[in-house]
Amino acid sequence: MSASSSHYTLHHPKWYRRRVSVWWWLQSRSYTGFVLRELTSVFVALFALVTLWQVRAVAHGPEAYEAFLTRLRSPLFLAGHALALLFVLFHSITWFNLAPKAMVVRLRGHRMPDALVAGANYLAWLVLSAAVAFFLLRG
Amino acid sequence: MPETVALTVTRYRPEAEAEPTSRTYEVPFRKDWVVLDALNYIKDKLDGSLSFRWSCRMGVCGSCGMTVNGEPKLTCAAFLSDHLPGPIRVEPLRFFPLVRDLVVDLRDFMRKLKKVKPWIVRTEEKPLAEGEYRQTPEELDAYKPFSMCINCMLCYSACPIYGLEPSFIGPAAIALAQRYNMDSRDQGSRERLEILSEHDGIWQCTFVGECTKVCPKHVDPAGAIQRYKLTAAVHSLKTLLPWGNR
Repeated sequence: MSASSSHYTLHHPKWYRRRVSVWWWLQSRSYTGFVLRELTSVFVALFALVTLWQVRAVAHGPEAYEAFLTRLRSPLFLAGHALALLFVLFHSITWFNLAPKAMVVRLRGHRMPDALVAGANYLAWLVLSAAVAFFLLRG
Repeated sequence: MPETVALTVTRYRPEAEAEPTSRTYEVPFRKDWVVLDALNYIKDKLDGSLSFRWSCRMGVCGSCGMTVNGEPKLTCAAFLSDHLPGPIRVEPLRFFPLVRDLVVDLRDFMRKLKKVKPWIVRTEEKPLAEGEYRQTPEELDAYKPFSMCINCMLCYSACPIYGLEPSFIGPAAIALAQRYNMDSRDQGSRERLEILSEHDGIWQCTFVGECTKVCPKHVDPAGAIQRYKLTAAVHSLKTLLPWGNR
């Protein structure tokens, strides 16, 4: 293999290797979009932790739950949740749009159009969100 | 329409320079000229020392891939008129070791390509007397898009994972493995699975999706890799089951 330190001779070319900059993900919009999409997983994980914390508070009785709710109303948590919501939306939308690439659905020998595969994901999202909203707002 | 257009071209003369530099050339602007025509003009009329690869001029050979204004492109299909006003930046393909000017070293890709066994593997050959291996149009359609790959390596040059982890087997090699996996005549998918599910195989891919965007032949390597991940995951799940065959 190549060695950049070796000297150039007619029969031994000297290769030049450019190191990838740590800022590579700022070099194009799609790279930035990709890195943001990867980062969304951090917010998804944080939100899951908050949910676990909520379950724990429920298990510790009404007082603990009340304390948990008060904590949630603090500006820090509200801002955190708003940010998490943005990232989770970005996460869902970008992944739903990628679903047709990762999954080829064939029906009677024909490949389903991309819009239909992505559309089915959006529909499922809508139906599930509506179901959750129904249970929450009912009482 | 301008009379001329400027091309800023990467120069690297390893016998004289430690690092690449760039040089700007003024070439005549013609509506029907592509970047490759302009490079050939430079070589013929302005600077005979400029090195670059090219062959067919019609998007079939896959030799003339370069980075044009930051995007990996076949220079035979990159019209000057689409890159006005200039100067048009012409650089070698990213992430490959540079040999000279716009010429990169391809051996890494060639080695990886061979590793995925891009040929029809048969455990047992049918006797000649039984005739050819026949395929239905549906069976042909299953692998045909992947067979359009011309090994131009634009996908490697667009893949930041390959840039950061040069051991990654890469988009085209995986798409070509799929080309044979999906072929009804092939029996080598198990052998390829072993290679592709290694550390440097499909799991390195984090679905940036740029390989598919830059592919001049609409091969969709990103799709091929994601679908192959599903195949590999199902396979390893099966081996975990007591009745699954290892």
